[in-house]
Amino acid sequence: MQVEKTRQAKMRDLIGQVIEKLLLFCAIVSILVVFLIIAFIFAQGWPVIQKYGVSHFLFNLEWRPLADPVQFGLLPMIAGSFAVTFGALLIAVPLGICCAIFLAEFAPQWAAKRIRPGVELLAGIPSVIYGFWALMTLVPFIMQNFGGRGLSILAGSLVLGIMALPFIINIAEDAIRSVPREYKEGSLALGATHWQTVRYVVLPAARSGILAAIILGMALTLGETMAVILVAGNAPVIPDSVLDVVRTLTAHIALEMGYATGEHSQALFVAGMVLFIVIMFLNSIALAIYKRSGAN
Amino acid sequence: MRTAVKIEEAVARIILWVSGIIILSVLFFIIFHIVSNGLLAINWEFLTEPPRAMGREGGIFPVIVGTIYVVGVAVLLGAPIGVMAAIYLTEYAQKGKIVRTVRFFVETLAAVPSIVFGIFGFLFFVIYLDWGWSILSGGLTLACMILPVVIRTTEEALKAVPDSHREGSLALGATLWQTSYKVILPSALPGVITGVILGIGRAISDAAAVFMTAGMAALVVPTSIWDPARTLTVHLYVLASEGICFERAYATATVLIVVVLLLNFTAHWLINLMMKKQRI
Repeated sequence: MQVEKTRQAKMRDLIGQVIEKLLLFCAIVSILVVFLIIAFIFAQGWPVIQKYGVSHFLFNLEWRPLADPVQFGLLPMIAGSFAVTFGALLIAVPLGICCAIFLAEFAPQWAAKRIRPGVELLAGIPSVIYGFWALMTLVPFIMQNFGGRGLSILAGSLVLGIMALPFIINIAEDAIRSVPREYKEGSLALGATHWQTVRYVVLPAARSGILAAIILGMALTLGETMAVILVAGNAPVIPDSVLDVVRTLTAHIALEMGYATGEHSQALFVAGMVLFIVIMFLNSIALAIYKRSGAN
Repeated sequence: MRTAVKIEEAVARIILWVSGIIILSVLFFIIFHIVSNGLLAINWEFLTEPPRAMGREGGIFPVIVGTIYVVGVAVLLGAPIGVMAAIYLTEYAQKGKIVRTVRFFVETLAAVPSIVFGIFGFLFFVIYLDWGWSILSGGLTLACMILPVVIRTTEEALKAVPDSHREGSLALGATLWQTSYKVILPSALPGVITGVILGIGRAISDAAAVFMTAGMAALVVPTSIWDPARTLTVHLYVLASEGICFERAYATATVLIVVVLLLNFTAHWLINLMMKKQRI
């Protein structure tokens, strides 16, 4: 009887250990995937970087992968990505922060109950639908009212701005909500109005969380592909105005990867590296700010 | 001076209200525009017939099947791994180096844009493992992509289970795994399922990663996981970017929106269910 029990207990311990190892493995999969992504993409891009040098890619205006001599300048695409992202933030930041303040401080419950699911849904709509919608509505509208082909930085900025909204709203609202109650109560007790309290007490206290929201929104917008590819026109040249066509880094990879071979394909992986490094950089800054702000 | 304060307060309130209204209107306008243009083109034939003439005529049946396969592979692999990772992080690992490291990498993975997953999946699954453009390659790429969503949501759900449940179970002599599996997981189930649904939503919405890994030319019903497949999002992208047929594109977009809405409502309903349960 005694022996039987210990054997059972041993078995149970063994199973427990196996399961723990299995769970640990599952937890480590995420780490593994990140390393695989870095290893594979960087290994592909490295040979051409060694051959032509970093500045050939970063400070070169010519993208002529099939010419002789080849030109792998990514600068037009980098400029394009930042132009569209900057435009998107011009729309999404003020609107998103206003909406976050509204939801956190002023909205009556019935309004918040309608807006919050709406924001969630906005985050859930596939990016290709945003792109298609913009292609059918914004692009003809811009063409008729402002001239040009309609496919433009403006169209790309508008659609990416809408897409960045839910993320900025969610994080900014969290940041505003995590401002300690006492701050607000103190201000209100001193006779400040609700708006004065928000403007002079709550928003300054939530500053770093809101900044994190903006940077995360920027990282997200830089990485967006399918919406911007449908409305930006995709010519690899430096744009002159907001009505010019533009090609982003993401669109650049998506458009040419299908038929690229040899060094051309490797140069596209360099574009992937640039995108990855910039986004990871922004993301870690945002996370560091967010953690320090104490929001959860 | 007092009136200036009052005017500022009033103006601020109006601006904030307007911002909320703008956001709801944009959402409404997008959905209305797509659905009102697409609904009439959807009929039984559209849902059950294969496309003809590159998608200009016929339906989207192979595309629906392809979407189910690719998303199915992603969820079958991504969801269990994600849930188990979350169990490890909340139930097994004490707050320490492992948890911090894993969480950092989960955050990193969440920030990787879908096109980067796409080129990674293309290099690793399609070329290095030589699986070609296939449902398996696409599904596994998406599985990597939905991991962070599943892990984070599941972790939240597991953390919300009161410690008294854990202590009670452990005090009765149950092992850590028995406690996790039979006590914690069942009471966190709605939250865990919400995480899986959010993962499905992310997988269905993606286009950039799928079209580089699952292929886009296939317009026949796939028969095995080694076949290429085209998902709804990729089909919509092809129809729209090549200007093949906007009527069919609207209809495809409408099908996508309906699926996303259904997933969204289910997740919402489950979250409400969980909140009610916790209050009792």
